[in-house]
Amino acid sequence: MKRILGALSIAAVMAASTVVQAQDIVLQALFMKQTAYSDKDVRDMTNDFEAAHPGIKVNLEFVPYEALHNKIVASISAGSGGYDVALVDTIWPAEFATNQFVDDLTSLVPPRDPIFGGAWKTGEYDGKIWAMPWILDTKYLFYNKDILAKAGFDHPPATLDELTQQAKVIKDKGLADYPIVWSWGQAEALVCDYALLVQAFGGQFYDESGEPAFTKGGALKALQFMVGSIKDGISNPRSTEFLEEEVRNTFSSGRAAFALNWTYMWPLANDPKQSEVAGKIGIVPAPGTPEGSPQAAINGSMGLSIMRNSDKKDAAWQYIKYLTSQETQDKYASMSLPIWKSSYADPKVVKGQEELIKAAETSVAIMYNRPTKVQYQEISTLLQQQIQSALLGLQSPEQAMKDLASQTSGMK
Amino acid sequence: MRRIFWRIALYTSVLLVTTIILAPVCWMFIMSVSSMTDLTARPMQWLPATMDFSRYRMLLTFEPNSPGEIFLLALRNTFLAAAGASILSLIVGFPAAYSFSRLPGRRAPLLYLVLSTYMLPSAALILPIYIALSAFGLLNTPFSLAVVYCSIVLPFVVWLLTGNLNTLPREIDQAAAMDGANLWQTIRHVVLPLSGAAIGTAALFGLLLAWDEFFFSLILTNDLRAKTLSVAIADFAAGRATDYPLIATAGLLSALPPVFIAFFLQRSLVKGLAAGSVKG
Amino acid sequence: MFIIVLGVTGYPLLQTIWLSFHSRPLAGHDVQADWVGLANFKTVLENAAFRAAVARTLYFTIVSVLAEAMIGVMVALLLDQEFRGRAFVRALLVLPLAMPTVVSAMMWRLIYNPEYGAFNALLLQIGLIDDYRSWLGAPGLAMNMVIIAEVWKNFSIVAIIVLAALQTIPRELYEAATIDGAGPWARFRNVTWPGILAPLSVALVLRTIEAFKVFDIFYVMTRGGPANTTKTATFFVYDESFAFLRAGSASSYALVVVAISMVLIAIYVRLLRRQDQP
Repeated sequence: MKRILGALSIAAVMAASTVVQAQDIVLQALFMKQTAYSDKDVRDMTNDFEAAHPGIKVNLEFVPYEALHNKIVASISAGSGGYDVALVDTIWPAEFATNQFVDDLTSLVPPRDPIFGGAWKTGEYDGKIWAMPWILDTKYLFYNKDILAKAGFDHPPATLDELTQQAKVIKDKGLADYPIVWSWGQAEALVCDYALLVQAFGGQFYDESGEPAFTKGGALKALQFMVGSIKDGISNPRSTEFLEEEVRNTFSSGRAAFALNWTYMWPLANDPKQSEVAGKIGIVPAPGTPEGSPQAAINGSMGLSIMRNSDKKDAAWQYIKYLTSQETQDKYASMSLPIWKSSYADPKVVKGQEELIKAAETSVAIMYNRPTKVQYQEISTLLQQQIQSALLGLQSPEQAMKDLASQTSGMK
Repeated sequence: MRRIFWRIALYTSVLLVTTIILAPVCWMFIMSVSSMTDLTARPMQWLPATMDFSRYRMLLTFEPNSPGEIFLLALRNTFLAAAGASILSLIVGFPAAYSFSRLPGRRAPLLYLVLSTYMLPSAALILPIYIALSAFGLLNTPFSLAVVYCSIVLPFVVWLLTGNLNTLPREIDQAAAMDGANLWQTIRHVVLPLSGAAIGTAALFGLLLAWDEFFFSLILTNDLRAKTLSVAIADFAAGRATDYPLIATAGLLSALPPVFIAFFLQRSLVKGLAAGSVKG
Repeated sequence: MFIIVLGVTGYPLLQTIWLSFHSRPLAGHDVQADWVGLANFKTVLENAAFRAAVARTLYFTIVSVLAEAMIGVMVALLLDQEFRGRAFVRALLVLPLAMPTVVSAMMWRLIYNPEYGAFNALLLQIGLIDDYRSWLGAPGLAMNMVIIAEVWKNFSIVAIIVLAALQTIPRELYEAATIDGAGPWARFRNVTWPGILAPLSVALVLRTIEAFKVFDIFYVMTRGGPANTTKTATFFVYDESFAFLRAGSASSYALVVVAISMVLIAIYVRLLRRQDQP
């Protein structure tokens, strides 16, 4: 029976793929799963775009973030079999621009002023814009108000010390086995959490002369904090296997008091269909330290680029322009905050997410950038491995960072 | 007494083996018909409150930009690539196997050379294939994937067919030749009909091998124009697994065709494997 | 046929060898290849992380193939007995075999899930653990958990081949051995073992080659984590080419993997020969 169904569906697929009319321009666009905008949001936007632009069709492709970079790279040589538009993370423009994988958009993008400076940073390298900012994103501290109240706290932690202290009380009172949950699996998500803590402790990846500065100051303290919080049992030890979605699931099921995550968790953890803590949660900028930065935020924004090998660049730019326009962004503002400054004065955008926008006002202004390096992928791969080896107790934080510094010295 | 003890031990072991094989698959089925809340409940409720088959419908309905589209197009691509590789391998593999088995001359080293290509890791071939396909604009099509899959399927096909042709008595060929048939007629009217089962097994095996392939597909395809099921499943599941029931459903459905074929042709599969491994 | 074999195997292999002596970016505006001699191989062999990955891959290969051999032979012996439902259980053997590797990897990943996995639930409910724990996130453990998944998928191919071999052993040999006073172990040693040795060896050679090339199961289950403890040799080829864009040194990594496979195969072939001459 299944087989017949399958055969029928194949026939249907074959038929359906010929519906596209010959004169239509068909764009291939690459996105990722589980971004700020969900697959469905991107599909809806695209349908609206197609309705407004007869003659242009867009085929969408969603891959996990972990596969996104390599998918883009592997498609570069595919000519017209590759992508026209791709979602590009803030850490890639240096590499993509240097290797000429993507087009220079400097002459196409709208005036700079109405858009946040932090957003522009996303696609900027060497003074030019290589990706039009689209998703303005940073990590916030989410907290479970119920658990905090039961533990006797009437406010979320303002510093990392206070976070540690509150978490300890929550653990001791048995309100959560492991009060804090992070995305510390071996992936870029780990680097984001680490970079945020580096900022919090006032550290840096590279010093003024461009030498690795992992081995000292805030960069080392950040790792020591991470290792310590697992040792003390206040951070979920399973964090070392988690990405953002596991963090969301754990927090949404009420088993964590605190979680560090991107904006997208706010609407989803507040959705009673997907969350048991809907309406009981709060969001604040991630706490910092008195000696470093009082708050911390990581630039996790992403932009849209036109691939160098695309032969439909005009249509591709129209599509990017549509997705990044203020109208589109305002319409989906509950999923991802707009890049446009004036949107935040629009009551329709603000309504229902006042708490998020209040946190965003602080966080967006201080977003910390991971190093802009052509060889970022390689540096990050080594960084992930060394941080994990310290987190899992395979070596001391000091040794891990020393190894990292020697492995990455000389990388561009 | 000892006999009874022996029977009990026997049936316990059989039950154990059956459970080990079936339990994970059954669990995947249960996941596929459960709701997310059933699966995330603690303590775990092993059976869902209600059976929900909606994901099966979702994956088997073709709608633009839906999980169903991803699944069905990937199914189509997998089928094209696997069947293409199988057929191509048979077309070139049968004459090769025939010559290894029948024609004079020391061809054994050549046969081993063909077999040894199977032992090469895909990683050793991928870059030049990738560079060459991109030069001809052939990346991201199921048909180039079919040709590339021949590097995996063809050695197996030749191996299985040679082993099988060796078991056919040469007298048959000679009798046909004496009746005045030329080589082509001998193959066409005598050898081919007699090796039907072996060809079927080889085709099936080729299909299974190609269905399972991951590395080439991961790198040589970008999107639904050519992406195969194994890569689609990895995309569904890798890292950000959220909708566990949907992932489980996709996994089950994509395992269904090869499992179905394997069960259906179980006898010849076992025979082919055995013949190959004894002769190998 | 040779055109196809050459086209999809011979030519790429030669090209890989050629590339391994050059420095060439994978893609982009300047894909010129510059001769660098043995520099790529020097980088590869000096890379401690890669050496560790090779050792890890060997561990994975040896442990999983040995486990598949033992379980496979035991299951084959079991299914060679007479019992009710034998045909059904024998048919079941093709289930793991036919299931795509990626699907089986995904299935086990869901089963091992640290928050919702059936494995945690089962162990907790029968009292073997007192809290859910991370299986694929713990160094050391993660590799062995992947091996379990690998063995589940592949013991059946060994079992099927051995079972077929068992059926070719004439029953009279067992009867004769029994009359000569041979116990079960002696019967196994003198009648069964010689009968299954050759096909078993072939199955194990095939499994070894497959296991050493492993990529997909780790790609889906762990992506090399935690802390690289499940990063196998093939990952280095993939990362070097598609993450770091260096086609030249990626080819060198690939060729080192091939060289090690060759050594493994040679060792096996020698072992087989020795067993053939008692």
